[in-house]
Amino acid sequence: MTTQEWKFTAKDIASKPDLFLSGHRACAGCGPAAALRLIMKATRGPTIVTQATGCMEIVGSIYPYSSWAVPWLHTAFENAAANASGIDAALKAMRKKGKVKQEHIDIIAIAGDGGTYDIGLQALSGAVERGHDFLFVLYDNEGYMNTGIQRSSSTPIGAATTTTPAGSVNPGKLEKKKPITEIMLAHEMEYVATATPYYWKDMMTKARKGLEVEGPAFLHVFAPCPRGWRSEPAKTMEYSKLSVESCVFPIWEAVNGKRQLSTPSKLIALAPQKKKPVKAYLEGQGRFRHLFTPQNQHVLDGIQLATDERWQRLLQKCESA
Amino acid sequence: MSSKEKTWKEISIAGVPPKSSIGFMTGDWKTYMPVRDLEKCTTCLTCVMFCPEGAIKWRPEMGKIEFDFSFCKGCGICANECPTKAITMKMPE
Repeated sequence: MTTQEWKFTAKDIASKPDLFLSGHRACAGCGPAAALRLIMKATRGPTIVTQATGCMEIVGSIYPYSSWAVPWLHTAFENAAANASGIDAALKAMRKKGKVKQEHIDIIAIAGDGGTYDIGLQALSGAVERGHDFLFVLYDNEGYMNTGIQRSSSTPIGAATTTTPAGSVNPGKLEKKKPITEIMLAHEMEYVATATPYYWKDMMTKARKGLEVEGPAFLHVFAPCPRGWRSEPAKTMEYSKLSVESCVFPIWEAVNGKRQLSTPSKLIALAPQKKKPVKAYLEGQGRFRHLFTPQNQHVLDGIQLATDERWQRLLQKCESA
Repeated sequence: MSSKEKTWKEISIAGVPPKSSIGFMTGDWKTYMPVRDLEKCTTCLTCVMFCPEGAIKWRPEMGKIEFDFSFCKGCGICANECPTKAITMKMPE
């Protein structure tokens, strides 16, 4: 990785033309669309994008329209990472034959939580093991939103989805969220990071660092989905902020396995009184509405306890690094 | 198979969306519409960064922010996040 950090201001970014174009058909207030638009502005030159099936693939490629101003490829649900490996191998072969003149071409594989946590995990694991040079962007909206809000292994405990409805027997999803970044870190990758679009400067710097890495890099972007979370479209960025402030989704980066909290999370680690209760984050999201009843108080307490535990574990891991 | 149909060697290897979505106006989805108070606006560009549609454009040559209502879906993120509360969501008349 180049030691020189990429410096930019809001004006630089705003002056850059979009690569993920207007006219895509995402819902109003879409978090992943906002995140992707910014991540595409963090590219450093020629870029090829490949996507797994998911919200962002659908909204950007409804025939005959395409929202991508870069070469773009989609085949099936499970193989965003397999596509990226193929593109990487093809570029290597074409370069040998002298057919590619560009010095470097970046590859970005984009998948949602369904295409990463569940369906695309083996392709991703394989591509990382083979060491292909690509950045994998996971936009995590905690469910299969475009097919009708079904649960995925990223859906947090207590959330109501159409396949884990909240009722008199079950208070929403009963299982925990899978810690995907820990799984990716266990692959001994050079660069793994978590980000959220509210802290856009942090997110774009991480995307750029991921692209600069020679080899696979993984970026976990937490992106609120007003449709699936049954929250107000206007509050997308507010939830993105609250997720960090309540330590539901702390942001950090790990270079060669050395984990470091990013500034917004570090500030909370230094001043624990600034940490907000998870209630502040869960309130207003329709998928957690049933938790604010007397009979489900224990679920709410459980979520707070689990979040605190996870945060403490993360702090220890960052200290030991 | 009739002789007029293309064989597998002749068809393109992938489906290609031939048009740019810049031609697909999503602006007619909206109910509310952002209205900006130019006196309060400090051109901090927060709205430009957070707009999921890319409908708020920064024009460096003029030094001002422009709203493109042909794409704005009226989500209200800009009004919610504006640090000086210069943007309000209003029903178009």
